[in-house]
Amino acid sequence: MSREPKTADAGRAGVRDAASAPRRGLGSRLAVYGLRHLQVFFYTLGQLWRTPFATLMTAAVIGIALALPAGLQVLLNNAQRLSQGWDGATQISLFMKNGVSEERARDTAGRLRARSDIASVEFISKEEALEEFRRLSGFGDALKALDANPLPSVIVVHPALGATAGVDATRELLKRLRALPEVDIAQLDMQWVKRLYAIMDIVRRGVNVLGLLLGLAVILVVGNTIRLAIQNRRDEIVIIKLIGGTDAFIRRPFLYTGFWYGLFGSLIAYFLVSGSLLVLSDPVRRLAGLYGSHFRLSSLDGDVTLALLGGGILLGLLGSWVAVGRHLRAIEPT
Amino acid sequence: MIRFSNVSKRYPGGHEALSDVSFHLGPGELAFLTGHSGAGKSTLLKLIALLERPTRGQVLINGQNLGKVGRRRIPYVRRNVGIIFQDHRLLFDRTVFDNVALPLIIAGYRHQEIGRRVRAALDKVGLLGKEKVFPITLSGGEQQRVGIARAVVNKPPLLLADEPTGNLDPELSGEIMGLFEQFNQVGVTVLIASHDLALIQRLRHRIVALKNGRLVADGIPQAQPA
Repeated sequence: MSREPKTADAGRAGVRDAASAPRRGLGSRLAVYGLRHLQVFFYTLGQLWRTPFATLMTAAVIGIALALPAGLQVLLNNAQRLSQGWDGATQISLFMKNGVSEERARDTAGRLRARSDIASVEFISKEEALEEFRRLSGFGDALKALDANPLPSVIVVHPALGATAGVDATRELLKRLRALPEVDIAQLDMQWVKRLYAIMDIVRRGVNVLGLLLGLAVILVVGNTIRLAIQNRRDEIVIIKLIGGTDAFIRRPFLYTGFWYGLFGSLIAYFLVSGSLLVLSDPVRRLAGLYGSHFRLSSLDGDVTLALLGGGILLGLLGSWVAVGRHLRAIEPT
Repeated sequence: MIRFSNVSKRYPGGHEALSDVSFHLGPGELAFLTGHSGAGKSTLLKLIALLERPTRGQVLINGQNLGKVGRRRIPYVRRNVGIIFQDHRLLFDRTVFDNVALPLIIAGYRHQEIGRRVRAALDKVGLLGKEKVFPITLSGGEQQRVGIARAVVNKPPLLLADEPTGNLDPELSGEIMGLFEQFNQVGVTVLIASHDLALIQRLRHRIVALKNGRLVADGIPQAQPA
């Protein structure tokens, strides 16, 4: 809202010159306000540019502090993506009762194969089981001492469940399979996946805590840098206060400096993380290849990049805000 | 324009810098404030610029009671007072132009307007050619002129000067005082603290004299017999 009515404004043209503050409409004032922000935006950038080494040092510290949690986050996301497929790899081993004949077991496998909630069925006969055991266990000679094959035949069932179906559907299937008269034991081989998830949960929480601590470190680094900048420009602040500069006017360049530090820091963090991932990608691909997997290490995606940049800028602003709030008021002209 | 009513200022520690000072400076007046060091000249100016608050009494500037100005309003009051310091208080990492432009930038003037007004102010103090120069390369008198240009650039109705000729030789001092007289002639109220009695008695303006924080004389000096 304009402070002066329009008609009076025109009549006051002569007086206007002597007035301290320029009188303007709202739109024009907003434009000037925006322009002033833009000026400070580039002015502070220029100031940092003039001391490239000091700026780079501060930004690098921030960058490393941000790169650690960001990099770990990316690795975690990769681990999650990798293990997501393993939910579907859940399999149920059905151990046949001792008295069940080979043919009956085969029949059962055939019936199971026809069911819609089962993707595939593998039949392992007594002989195959024994052969495999002999090969893998190293107890081959000991087995020769036995006069009969003690192993049951096994049906390995892969449930036809999407990754989304969840644990309940699998459990339901397990219950039904266990109820089959031929089945002695039905075992769900998912325990280790659950354990892995539990470990990943712990790691994720650890990364969050680390991120919180390092975020705090960034605030302190920026705060301390801004504190020094305020002390260095003490004379300037005094003069600006003497000639009528508001607190907001004095605060503005320091806040923008914090903004730049945050931005530069997170850019450095971005390059550190994507560089490290680039270095890791080849060995990871080779390892995955050895496991017969086509897994590729994914780099920073849009969300994480945005979070990294936004978080860095926010922390920079927060740090400078804290420093400005604490130290600017203490400087008063005398 | 300036009205002091029974103003006292006691600093922490008990030193009373001003005791029961009352005087009035009308709009468009020019007056000198004199007295020895420690007589209270600086304190009086600081009260006007809201650098200090009086212990007792009232200071009115342009009808505004400074006692009622909150901390957040102080900058806006200061914009109506141009202050000139003995030590110039220039920013040495900025050009003359940027130094003089600072009050306009603070007040939010437009770019073209800033250029126009800064050049007008520099022209008035005779430094038009030195816009792009850094203040450190200027002489003491020139630096003081930059300070004056900065004080008048947003055309405040009131000018305060604290020992503006303190470090200058008599000739330069005379020129600086001449500048203040010029501003006064276009309607600006001017209050100049100075202990250069020889100079200010020659100029025949109102003199307000302080001694140990008390107002001891107030008037225009009579012409001395030749």
